[in-house]
Amino acid sequence: MNRRFSWFNATSLTLGFAFLYLPMVILVIFSFNASKLVTVWAGFSTRWYGELLTNQAFLDAAWVTLKVAVLSSTLATILGTMAAYVLVRAGRFTGRTLFSGMVYAPIVMPEVITGLAMLLLFISIGLDRGVTTIVLAHTTFTMCFVSVVVSSRLVTFDKSLEEAALDLGCTPFDAFRSVTLPIIAPAVISGWLLAFTLSLDDLVIASFAAGPSSTTLPMKIFSSVRLGVSPEINALSTIMIGIVTVGVVTASLLSKRSIARQRAEEQAAVRTT
Amino acid sequence: MAQPANRPVFAPWLDPDQKPLIQFRNVTKRFGEFVAIDDVTLDIFRREFFALLGPSGCGKTTLMRMLGGFETPTEGKILLDGVDQAPIPPNKRETNMMFQSYALFPHLTVWDNIAFGLKRSAMPKEKIPARVEEMLRLTRLEKFAKRKPHQISGGQRQRVALARSLAKAPKLLLLDEPLGALDKKLRQETQFELMDIQEKTGTTFVIVTHDQEEAMTVASRVAVMDHGKMIQVDTPGRIYETPNSVYVADFIGDVNIVEGRATRKGDDKYAIAWAEGQPEIIASSTERIDQGTKVFFAIRPEKVAIARERPEGRANVIEGKVSDIAYLGNISTYKVEVAGGRMIKAQVANERRIARRDITWDDPVFLSFTDTAGVLLLH
Repeated sequence: MNRRFSWFNATSLTLGFAFLYLPMVILVIFSFNASKLVTVWAGFSTRWYGELLTNQAFLDAAWVTLKVAVLSSTLATILGTMAAYVLVRAGRFTGRTLFSGMVYAPIVMPEVITGLAMLLLFISIGLDRGVTTIVLAHTTFTMCFVSVVVSSRLVTFDKSLEEAALDLGCTPFDAFRSVTLPIIAPAVISGWLLAFTLSLDDLVIASFAAGPSSTTLPMKIFSSVRLGVSPEINALSTIMIGIVTVGVVTASLLSKRSIARQRAEEQAAVRTT
Repeated sequence: MAQPANRPVFAPWLDPDQKPLIQFRNVTKRFGEFVAIDDVTLDIFRREFFALLGPSGCGKTTLMRMLGGFETPTEGKILLDGVDQAPIPPNKRETNMMFQSYALFPHLTVWDNIAFGLKRSAMPKEKIPARVEEMLRLTRLEKFAKRKPHQISGGQRQRVALARSLAKAPKLLLLDEPLGALDKKLRQETQFELMDIQEKTGTTFVIVTHDQEEAMTVASRVAVMDHGKMIQVDTPGRIYETPNSVYVADFIGDVNIVEGRATRKGDDKYAIAWAEGQPEIIASSTERIDQGTKVFFAIRPEKVAIARERPEGRANVIEGKVSDIAYLGNISTYKVEVAGGRMIKAQVANERRIARRDITWDDPVFLSFTDTAGVLLLH
């Protein structure tokens, strides 16, 4: 491999990263702007972060978002794992192809349509819109992502492990709980993380499903921006970028370390033979 | 395996008073159009080491999975100790299975793998550690109790799987190709270990294998299967010496098959005309064979003697020419071309070193065997 420095490589790298990260870098820089005017630099300050903490509307929205994300991703993980398990394990039954197609369809469904459909459902069954309806709507659209992640793990899962558990006296549920689940846990956890992030930054579906008292953070940001970008929004967005970055880096470090550990264990096994 | 002379012969299948542990009664299993098991009726007795032998796809694994409860018969009944097994799910059966892939739980230690079934049994909690230790001792795994399955070797994993399936002291242990993943040397050692453990625990073993040597080594009886049917069920010795069909003779070990027409020559002696201008082969059979019936004469290569001079006093002597010699170290197999271009194999123990061997390629030789060395088969 040519590892020498070349102007072409350096330029492509700079351009690519600039394209990806310049908007965010500008946002982060201006979140530390002392001026009230968003685009005029007037020196470094953290005053907007301080003001953010006193802005009750933003804090409420953040609380709603967190609640919705935790609840909906947990529900979606349970339902999505069950769906994946049945679709991978149940073998052939009438309508299996139809079912698996239907589980994955929401991934390609335009969000506007999902949101509208949810809204119509909630109205027709007379469910008052609020946190509950956002949780339900988010569960619906994130569970198919969980299902995809978990079923891709399940297809490589050795079925004889479950048979061995049954053979040793487990009921089918006990076999799932004490053998299957611990082994597929990493996939289930990454499914949960995926559902959590999707719920955290969803604007469209939340807008349809939300009621007057339940504004999520993306909704709040979007509506504030329509009145003009404030430095507070910049500060808030910077915090969100920070949270997501920390989360992603932690997750990748964790999985890297578990791979490294597994490799070390395998080498140890080879030595003993 | 051969029984030592000073021990009573273990042959419950010959004793009409013995009650079988497992009874297959006209069991048929179909997967859609495909018939995996075709009307099998079979008894297996307590303390037997029973081998199901056959090529892949012959239905032996399906038969075993039906015993474990992972498949249900389409027709017929399976009884364990006289109890119909059909309504009993795998987790309630008094059988345990050792899987071909071992199916060790990767997230549990060796100790916890062995204790897994015990924790789900009626055994009181405080008695479990003692039982696990006992199993670890039996399989010589004491040093590895704290390891995870990926931290031990293939042979050790095989022993963990065995210990785990034996821990609950099942009435019947099912072994699905238990030694398939081991290399040849380790496999032979493990075969003796399996026999030893089977004897120590007194458990009834049913083993599935496609390796005829393995079946012959470990089993008290062997069932040779083909296309979902039992072709012959008998002791390894009888399967080898008196196969009931060309299929069994050919599947177990090496054999020469000569086709011919039989003529009765006395009480149980028959003459087989097999090639023009050649002396008829004299063979014996306890079965009545009609005049002129087409028969297959089967004889094992080690029962055919080869010599440069015409031997005296042998019932059968056939002339031929050495076409090929396979030297295997301990034995040599001579492929001899006889009348009509037919090849007959003769196997000789190499008592002398290779340089002193007096028969070589293209030598004219005489093959000879007694009148009871081979068997006559009708199909």
